[in-house]
Amino acid sequence: MAEKWPRLAPVIHFAHKSARMTDLHDAETDHPEGSVYRVAGPITITRAATTQREIDALPDPLTIDLSEIDRMDTVGAWIVYRTVRDRNAKVIGASRDEVSLLRQVSEFDKPAQVHPEEKPSFIRVLTELGEWVADTGRTLLGLLGFFGATLIGFANIIKRPKRFRLNAVVQRFDVVGVRALGIIGLMSFLIGIVIAQQGSVQLAQFGAEVYTINLIGRITARELGTLMTAIMVAGRSGSAFAAQIGTMKITEEIDAMRTIGVSPVEALVIPRMIAAVVMMPLLAFWAMLLALIGGGVFVWLSLEIPPLTYIQRLQEVIPITDLWVGLIKAPVFGFIIALAGCFQGFQVKGNSEEVGERTTTAVVQSIFLVIVLDAVFAVFFSSIGWV
Amino acid sequence: MIPKELDPRTIPEHCQPIITVRGLRNSFGEQVIHEDLDLTVCRGEILGVVGGSGTGKSVLLRSIIGLQTPDEGEVDVLGENMIDRTEDEAKNIRRRWGILFQNGALFSTLTVAENVEVPIREYFPYIQPPLLDEIASYKIAMGGLPADAGPKFPSELSGGMVKRAGLARALALDPELLFLDEPTAGLDPIAAAAFDELIQSLQKRLDLTVFLITHDLDTLHAICDRVAVLADQHVIAVGTIPQLLALDHPWIQEYFNGPRGRTAASSYEEHAEA
Repeated sequence: MAEKWPRLAPVIHFAHKSARMTDLHDAETDHPEGSVYRVAGPITITRAATTQREIDALPDPLTIDLSEIDRMDTVGAWIVYRTVRDRNAKVIGASRDEVSLLRQVSEFDKPAQVHPEEKPSFIRVLTELGEWVADTGRTLLGLLGFFGATLIGFANIIKRPKRFRLNAVVQRFDVVGVRALGIIGLMSFLIGIVIAQQGSVQLAQFGAEVYTINLIGRITARELGTLMTAIMVAGRSGSAFAAQIGTMKITEEIDAMRTIGVSPVEALVIPRMIAAVVMMPLLAFWAMLLALIGGGVFVWLSLEIPPLTYIQRLQEVIPITDLWVGLIKAPVFGFIIALAGCFQGFQVKGNSEEVGERTTTAVVQSIFLVIVLDAVFAVFFSSIGWV
Repeated sequence: MIPKELDPRTIPEHCQPIITVRGLRNSFGEQVIHEDLDLTVCRGEILGVVGGSGTGKSVLLRSIIGLQTPDEGEVDVLGENMIDRTEDEAKNIRRRWGILFQNGALFSTLTVAENVEVPIREYFPYIQPPLLDEIASYKIAMGGLPADAGPKFPSELSGGMVKRAGLARALALDPELLFLDEPTAGLDPIAAAAFDELIQSLQKRLDLTVFLITHDLDTLHAICDRVAVLADQHVIAVGTIPQLLALDHPWIQEYFNGPRGRTAASSYEEHAEA
């Protein structure tokens, strides 16, 4: 700034001597040249937009007459200053205070950057695409690395079983499993009713309502019981894992753990992983049971099939392999959910906003992976003849 | 016991009150934070508020700026009653003050420049974008930030820079009144001294009234015109540091005459002599 001011000084006559100011004032009123901007009243932030518009409307050469203003703040001073700077305007009638305010704001005229630099849109699209690809690659690699770190953690615990945190695991059982019973039960019960109702309407067209039982039984055991539970657990627990670990990351708790010598993987990830893997099949079984009950209630009330007949028919139509198909998938899904949740939690750095972002990513990622794996399992089980 | 001129109820000579607190009472459940608290802040002064941890300095600030409704008492800021006020009146006052929160409280999704622009956009939406950017940029310079700080996000700033950015935002609307909650906490001594200097020079330039909560003895010595001491649920005395030192109150003596207090006082005296 220092080198910029001298260039402007002769133009605006910010002289300390009030004598010169008076000379200038007189000269200008006697022979006004160009346009004169004379403000009466305040020149402050309140009128900033109007003042700027009025000044912009006047042609060069411009003279700003401040003799009639009664108040000027830094924004007002800035508008006057920038007009002088950009348009070589003259300032007359400024009082001592106003001159000193103008001088003060001029000191802060540093070429500060306000907005980030913008690139052409084509390059920006390419950059974003490239960043997205690189990001996805990094995430996959990171997930793999995290998977490895978890396996090492398990190996360490097997080597030194004393380091196994039983209390933490039991607490996670409670949070992930027991407390989810209510919501998962209710959801499954309602889904059972919906499947029975929709199925019976369609099958009635062929006079085959009795096959509603086959539909409910096989679809809940093979697919829906486990899948809906996985989605619920991802939303309930996967998100909680990411948020808890992410918050601990921000508050530096995880760094504190490391420096004390506690492995965050052993202390935080493994209990959550065990809880998700153990609880998923139990919750899935519970979900199947409640969905069957929901369907049973519907067929009893609507199709007048008594509960005993319903149970008998279920035994006849559901092969035991269907139950295995459902239950084998469950721990794998639990593992995926815990892995994605914990991994995303550890990715948090910086601010609290990222906790929210990572939590969302964790849920989306785990549900996506669960559905992809479900498709893989479907192909696998049908190829080994469990149809 | 407290001489009349240091009594918080006394309005000093030539004082034009800008904040007046009378009979304030604040409590959280059973715990009473303030009881019968009085305080007057005069136009153009830097008033420091000190008190032990948990004496309710921040609660006092929150009561004054209307974030906390007190159980009892009157709070007047800039001539408006803060307790019974309409939303319009409140807006009118909010336009005339600036607040620097303890941790900056910058909006994390906005850049520094955008943070500074928030109050301006809120109250003066018609300001032309180029002018708005220039205003933001000189406010950033005024806050003492380097030229490249504008497009940065708060997460990319150091603690001292966050405070400076918060100060730039507090100054956005050319306030008459500036509230600072522990502005130098967490800064290194050099940065803290620079911040003190910045506040003092801005106060002189812009004719600000500053309400400053601090634990920093150096700040108190260096820039505060008067100091209010918060203890036993109310302001026990308000005055200059030498006046307060003359009082025979155990907490004040401990605070200003403890080892840290003496060091700060002597270093300030040396500084003043030099």
